[in-house]
Amino acid sequence: MSQTEEAPALAEGVQTPTPAGRSSTLVARAMRLWRTRIGALLVLLLVLIAVIGPYIAPHAPDKFVAIPDTPPGGKAGLLGTDYLGQDVLSRFLYGGRGILVMAFVSTAIGLIFGIAIGLVAAYARNALDDVLMRLMDVIMAFPQIMLALVAVSLIGAHTWVIIVAIALTTAPRVARVARGAAQPVVERDFIQATESMGLSRIRILTGELLPNILGPMMVEASLRLTYSIAVIAGLAFLGLSPNANDANWGTMIQQNQIALPVQPWGALAPIIAIALLTMGTGLFGDGIARTAAGIDRERGDE
Amino acid sequence: MHQQAGSHLAEPSDGPVAVSVQDLQIETSSGHVPVVMDVSFEIAAGEVLGVVGESGSGKTTVGLSLLGHARRGLQISGGTVMLGDQDILTLDDEELRRLRGSLVSYVPQDPASSLNPALRIGLQLREVLEAHSSGRGVNHEERMAELMREVALSDDPAYLRRYPHELSGGQQQRVGLAMAFANRPRLIVLDEPTTGLDVTTQATVLATVRELAAAHNVAALYVSHDLAVVAALARRVAVMYAGRIVEMGLAEELFDSSAHPYTRRLVGAIPRLTGGRSLLGIPGHAPSPGKRPSGCAFAPRCTMHIPECDVEVPPLAPVGPEHSARCIRAHEVVKQSQAKAGDPVDIAPAESSTAVLTLDNVVARYGKIEVLHSINLQLEAHECLAVVGESGSGKTTTARSIAGLHRDWTGSIRLGDKELETAARSRSTESRRQIQYIFQNPYGSLNPRKTIGETVAQPLAVFGIASGRDADTRVGEMLEQVSLSASYARRYPDQLSGGERQRVAIARALISSPAILVCDEVTSALDVSVQAAIVELLGRLQRDLGLSMVFVTHNLPLVRSIAQKVAVLSQGSIVEYGETATVLADPQQPYTQQLLANTPSLEMATAEALHIDHSSP
Repeated sequence: MSQTEEAPALAEGVQTPTPAGRSSTLVARAMRLWRTRIGALLVLLLVLIAVIGPYIAPHAPDKFVAIPDTPPGGKAGLLGTDYLGQDVLSRFLYGGRGILVMAFVSTAIGLIFGIAIGLVAAYARNALDDVLMRLMDVIMAFPQIMLALVAVSLIGAHTWVIIVAIALTTAPRVARVARGAAQPVVERDFIQATESMGLSRIRILTGELLPNILGPMMVEASLRLTYSIAVIAGLAFLGLSPNANDANWGTMIQQNQIALPVQPWGALAPIIAIALLTMGTGLFGDGIARTAAGIDRERGDE
Repeated sequence: MHQQAGSHLAEPSDGPVAVSVQDLQIETSSGHVPVVMDVSFEIAAGEVLGVVGESGSGKTTVGLSLLGHARRGLQISGGTVMLGDQDILTLDDEELRRLRGSLVSYVPQDPASSLNPALRIGLQLREVLEAHSSGRGVNHEERMAELMREVALSDDPAYLRRYPHELSGGQQQRVGLAMAFANRPRLIVLDEPTTGLDVTTQATVLATVRELAAAHNVAALYVSHDLAVVAALARRVAVMYAGRIVEMGLAEELFDSSAHPYTRRLVGAIPRLTGGRSLLGIPGHAPSPGKRPSGCAFAPRCTMHIPECDVEVPPLAPVGPEHSARCIRAHEVVKQSQAKAGDPVDIAPAESSTAVLTLDNVVARYGKIEVLHSINLQLEAHECLAVVGESGSGKTTTARSIAGLHRDWTGSIRLGDKELETAARSRSTESRRQIQYIFQNPYGSLNPRKTIGETVAQPLAVFGIASGRDADTRVGEMLEQVSLSASYARRYPDQLSGGERQRVAIARALISSPAILVCDEVTSALDVSVQAAIVELLGRLQRDLGLSMVFVTHNLPLVRSIAQKVAVLSQGSIVEYGETATVLADPQQPYTQQLLANTPSLEMATAEALHIDHSSP
């Protein structure tokens, strides 16, 4: 079985295309695809807006500038005013930070735990594998937004509650993918080679297994980030954000949706931002996935 | 310019020409890099033509072009493939579809992946028949039974209801053959159909191919990397190197009086059953498409290289009645006495008879199934012990138990006079260092995310031998010792060829100065010339470093070139054990005799070819 696993046709004589050094890592190679570039550009743009937005905002987010729901122009500024007469542009520029920080932190925590659990399960190949994965199944039985809603309504819409709720629901999904990606790697001989040397389990997991699943994990990370943003924005839309009065893209949509016919920008600006952000992470992840799978490898002979 | 040479060469003596390939050119679709150039040959009805070459030589590409097919990224850019009076290369997709399976058929390398695992074999066989039969609702039952009998499988309808996974590899390949011969094609292309099969299975599959081709007057192209297999099957053989046919002629002529230096070296690299000789690899490696020199592609590796070789690609010129070669010094090459192989191996019996490794009553299991029954073996210092057997004989389990990679065994394995724990993890660091294991597949045994340097240095860190600059120095020295340069340390496995990767694996095993090296089929994924070089290297290292070695292989002739003692395994038991020369020259057990008889070897093939020649009118 292992004989046919990899084509011996690539043996001596066929020079594999030698990448110059190793600078061409997965991301660098993925950047040759337009979808990855556009995705990265979108994410970068929105992260920039969120990060430097507060510094370039023309007004304080809670300052009254003109009559509520004034369309763009004149005193109402580029995007008009919202339902309280505050500047939409300023609130938009302030409103990204909270969402992004929570999304990145919760996704990162979820990824770390998910990958750890997935690797342990894949390497264990025994009862521990079953126990861990069934546990993950139990958590996954709750839809992500449901679990977050329950947690927030029980404990309150604190930042940490939202982060924990999202991390908790992200981890099992990541774990499944990590386990799936690691399983074929575990079977490969180089893992056995390190076992025969007596390398410790933790070092086999981190030093041998982990680097080999980074590709699929990056795809998963971007996908999970997309979902986290959506859930956090969704919670905010339902009024469940840490500070209901702070500028926040999700809250903005909810508060300004009534005015859509007269002054759409109050809701549209954050909607577009969230859409572009999720599209960006999605495209970026897809680009990496395609590169990792070698779909766009059209080098002719090989 | 070369096709004239091609057209009058090797006019088959028997039967009308079934297929005629003229001046075939294949290139990459992007960049138009030539991959196959100036290939011309003819196959008579009922004849088997062998195409031999190492990986990347273009042999499979040529085989597929006979079906009018080019692999993804390649295109056929010139030449003709005449099947009867029809040029296959001018047909459109629909015409090709009708042609394939009826007039031309193909047997792929891996039967397990070419049969649909979800469908019963009877259904798959019926599909082939129905796809090309005119009448609707024709009863194919009888024809299917006949086909099954032809490939020596049961014609019982219950057998046809089996799924591919219920069949052994050899049986699967027979079903593949039945499907290929189903519509009585005029031409059949066999792409290494016996690679991955045991010698016994291989022998019967080869016999089936030969009989079917002769009985139904089918022209066959047999593509293989294994000269011995091809010699056993084909009357004429074409040797490919770097996209061109470099030599073509009768099989025995090719092996006894090669006219091309490459063929000569290739023949020298094949292990022989008679007389243990050291194998000679071919230094360097074949140029990849786009990097081929302007002159003879073999020139940079050739010992007979003269400046004229680099001027232009030599034409395929006749050197005998049915023999031609692409070498400007062909006539000189032919006259040289055939380099059979290197010098006889110095198989001095180990002077000291101290057992470094003793297996006592080892019984190994996979789950409830006992795969090894009471194995007793002794490995003496500086000795190489070959463990041979077919797949499923337990030879790899034996090796893995020694290394502690297979844990489910009982009995006793002693390193010197120290009992070893079952699992590598529970053994002492010292005994783990003493026994090093080299895996079969060099594509799987190196971590693709680590540099060669990191991989080779790992044992130094794990066993606490060296670190920092000292480790780097040792890695460099070790890489030099396995005939790689120290600069390889910065490379990644995917930048290395299979042979180079296996050298890295050897370096990793040896850097901790072990006493025992366990080699598990270390050359089975490699080309013959690379295999020769690796065996040469292992033999040298064993002598120089005073290693004791357990060499697991299914390749009996190879044993001759490396091992002092041999243990023949069958179904989990040792059936024969003794000095290599004695066992191979005069096997006592029927199983060993059978194994030897089924092993294709050049000597036997040549003898057989002569026999066929005499018997044919």
